[in-house]
Amino acid sequence: MQDVKDTSDPRASNKPGGEQQQQQAGGPPQPPQPNPGPSRQQALPYGIVGAGLKEVTRRVPEDEPPPLPENAKLKSIGKPVSRLDGIEKVTGKARYTFDVQLPGMLWAKWVASPHPHARIKSIDTSAAERYPGVRAIHIPERILSTAQLRDPKAEQGNRYPTVRYAGQPVAAVAADTPRAAEAAVKLIKVEYEPLPHVSQLEEAMKENAPRVFPGPTEQPATAGGGGAPPGLPQKGNVRGPDNKPRGMGPRGDVNKGLSESEVVIEAEYRTQVQTHVPMEPHGLVADWKDDGLTLYASTQFVTSVREDAAELFDLPKSKVRVISDFTGGGFGAKYGIGNYGLLAIHLSRKAGAPVRMILDRREEHVSGGNRPNSIQRLKLGAKRDGSLVALQVQAYGTGGVAGGAGVGFCHSTLYECPNVLVEQYDVFTNAGPCAAFRAPGQVQGIFALEQTIDELAERLKMDPLALRGKLDVSGTDDCLARAQERKVGAERAGWNKRRPAGSDKGPIKRGLGFAQSQWLYLVQPSTACEVRVSGDGSVEAFSSTQDIGTGTRTILAQVVAEEFGLRAEDIGSHIGDSRYPMGPASGGSRVTSSLTPAARNAAYRCARELAARLAPVFKANAENIVFADGKVMVKGKAGSAMPFREAVKKAGFEEISQRAERRDDYEGYLFKTPDMALSRHGIGGVQFAEVAVDTETGIVKVERVVAVHDCGRPINPKLTESQIYGGVIQGVSYALYEERHLDAASGQQLNANVDQYKILGSRETPRIEVILLEQLGAQSSTDARGVAEPANVATAAAVANAFYNATGKRIRTLPMTPANVLAALRG
Amino acid sequence: MAPPDDDSVPKPLLPQLSRRAFFKGAGASALSATLAPSAHAADPSPPVLGPEPAPLTLSINGRTVTVQADPATTLAELVRNHLGLTGTKIGCDRGACSACTVWLDGEVAASCMTLAFDARGRKVTTIEGLAKGEALHPVQRAFVENDAMQCGFCTPGMVMSCAALVDRNPKCTLDDVKQAVSGHLCRCGTYPNVFKATLAAAQGGGKAKGNT
Repeated sequence: MQDVKDTSDPRASNKPGGEQQQQQAGGPPQPPQPNPGPSRQQALPYGIVGAGLKEVTRRVPEDEPPPLPENAKLKSIGKPVSRLDGIEKVTGKARYTFDVQLPGMLWAKWVASPHPHARIKSIDTSAAERYPGVRAIHIPERILSTAQLRDPKAEQGNRYPTVRYAGQPVAAVAADTPRAAEAAVKLIKVEYEPLPHVSQLEEAMKENAPRVFPGPTEQPATAGGGGAPPGLPQKGNVRGPDNKPRGMGPRGDVNKGLSESEVVIEAEYRTQVQTHVPMEPHGLVADWKDDGLTLYASTQFVTSVREDAAELFDLPKSKVRVISDFTGGGFGAKYGIGNYGLLAIHLSRKAGAPVRMILDRREEHVSGGNRPNSIQRLKLGAKRDGSLVALQVQAYGTGGVAGGAGVGFCHSTLYECPNVLVEQYDVFTNAGPCAAFRAPGQVQGIFALEQTIDELAERLKMDPLALRGKLDVSGTDDCLARAQERKVGAERAGWNKRRPAGSDKGPIKRGLGFAQSQWLYLVQPSTACEVRVSGDGSVEAFSSTQDIGTGTRTILAQVVAEEFGLRAEDIGSHIGDSRYPMGPASGGSRVTSSLTPAARNAAYRCARELAARLAPVFKANAENIVFADGKVMVKGKAGSAMPFREAVKKAGFEEISQRAERRDDYEGYLFKTPDMALSRHGIGGVQFAEVAVDTETGIVKVERVVAVHDCGRPINPKLTESQIYGGVIQGVSYALYEERHLDAASGQQLNANVDQYKILGSRETPRIEVILLEQLGAQSSTDARGVAEPANVATAAAVANAFYNATGKRIRTLPMTPANVLAALRG
Repeated sequence: MAPPDDDSVPKPLLPQLSRRAFFKGAGASALSATLAPSAHAADPSPPVLGPEPAPLTLSINGRTVTVQADPATTLAELVRNHLGLTGTKIGCDRGACSACTVWLDGEVAASCMTLAFDARGRKVTTIEGLAKGEALHPVQRAFVENDAMQCGFCTPGMVMSCAALVDRNPKCTLDDVKQAVSGHLCRCGTYPNVFKATLAAAQGGGKAKGNT
């Protein structure tokens, strides 16, 4: 994150990576010294394992566990342990929110507005109320997940929330059976006063376009990102510019820079709206009882569900319990209670029974969230030697009725460039709200930026890899990782055999391209973890965090097992319950980076306490008690070894327990709130793609992807690899197939299903080769970082660069459907 | 509020529909979903049922169960909502994602596109019935070992299709596996490990070790 590095901080002199740049005026406020309190100087391994590991000395809290060596020297961490809940998943026993069935549970369904923009004049629920089996009806007094009017007075005379997108919930019914709920919603009579609507980005930008909102709006971000900064100007439907995405930029003077440039590359890029399509749709089961509210939530952040419910229903948090055993995918869109949850809770309260409200596939597409589209104009100025002089970006996108259509922060942080100006605009349309989506903004931004850099390389007759090597020099951990990744990736991908663009003579043209990834390294400082040892030798770990498919239970168990010399399978790994110590959001790729240090510290303390309890049993000092290979022994005395459980039983206690919080990164952060801390380091990654373009039909196939990634210390390479597969596959799917189609006349989505909204399937899956670095950043007691988002950032850009190498033509419009491809080939 | 472009298989509201019209539509959808004539279709005078719930006896996972179900109930709804077998998922409810895959007489079928009444006389196997007690089907074991799942919501359906493939063709190739799961959507993008796991299960002997 080069732009936001600071030199004012004396600690900066210790930082790896050399030269610092001046922090921009108005940048994030200076955070306090990390980890106040007693400390020690600690030597820690730093660097990429197998590519020059060195030692750095950092100030760490006095009671911080000793540093871990590289994974090869560990027993549980870094091992490809099979998913602990895998058997539950392959036998159908895993209980998702979708599967929760409580005694007396009612089924809820909502009435969706058929109009994209309307005032509701009246709602008559009398016939629905009389329908057999109907137990409660609720009309929402507010709509969540959309931007909110800065001044709500503009609509204060309205009895019902204004409809701003086709599919917006208007009323909801809870009934004894799904059939009764479906029948009853059809009996609710809603009188609408349709208003003029606009659903297309460029139409909405026009001065005389129908207004989606009658005044300026605000849209706070979720823990998954997205949202828009407060207080921006808004004219009609156009809100912005935001010229400081993620607090980064602008810098220098782009006009001056462009005039001094020897080469200027200028182009317009367009990306489409992508919907999240989690296989388990959004949903919640609410059980309102006099003594408290229990929510079963398909969520990426248990805590956010509890906070929303407590706030919206004016309940103390102690009266709200959220349970999330399994979440069937989220990808950024599953935060808070959503409109479905709001309605489910109201209905449960009214009916005095648990209520299940889960979206169907159409509702999921229309109202569950999406990645906004974009029109990006880039102007890049450079010197003949390849050094960048100026980068100007103007980006418009629509997230429907929600803000957050930016194109990321890569322009200010990935490459050295003295003059950068990025202006991002949100354009409101009468369409369902966007939500954070796996590296929100950055995927769109990198698609354009990495093609622009490739184009510069072509113009200067430079190798694209070499040009990146010249420009990607911030010295942060992600920069160092990418340098190594370019090297090993180029070897694996066969970069030296890459041919000039458009080499194939026949109609099918093949090519190889590459692109770079950069994502934030985030930590959730409020993360805590508790570890308990019972008198029978059971070891358990507790965190409220959830698993959306990344394997949270497994990595938690692995980290705890390491301290006790046990196997991950021996650890009770308990997550997904707001009654456990607060866990991180599954957003911003922060679960592993936040949870594992807290878990290790709790386990370490618990193991040391256990050692003290065992010392008398072994007639030894506690410091000499070691846990290894499922046994307890006195250091250096193999003969003293006793199986773990047997030893614990002899200690004669009922339970010991330790809790630990996520310490600050040893170097500190650029920015820190209780919910989120941002490191100056990022997460890297590079991807190489091989494509075949049929120039007669316009069909593009991605045949092979080499994905080289870093995520700090990988806790479980098998699960990490799975996530990287997923990032690549979603990226290819985005690049080639996915696109939400809205009918301009009706505002309805034409492909709100999974047969016409095409996502990549088995037949289109490329050969994917994953290479994973082990990079130790000397920042926390595990040095783990995330990978979910980084794995999705570079793919579309790599495919596009390969398309150019195949055909000699740039494809600047996504997705690469035959129509868009043939247009690009004609261009 | 079904929008005008919704081309899903009609799920008629019972009160608005005659029994005759209902059966006409229902029979056609079931046939197109399974591509196999059901045993009772040959019966010249099927009893007229519905719209009220009627007793229905099915063989599910080797057990005979009798439930009251209205004739519009899909097999997916029946196993989940009537029998509590929630391993079978419903991802799209229109036969486009295959999360609901079960076996009918050992052949894969989309249970969201199969009327429960059309499963009479057939052996229904759901994901809960695939393992023999504690002994997992080789495909289940291989899915765990090869991490052929992430969020896991599509996994039961994937497992049913891959297990059917391996049982039918223990010498299956990568192309066969891709074909077998070509109707399955996995949004987490875990296909490479599904391929790996299924081939590993096949090479490990597939049927011989586990399911009959």
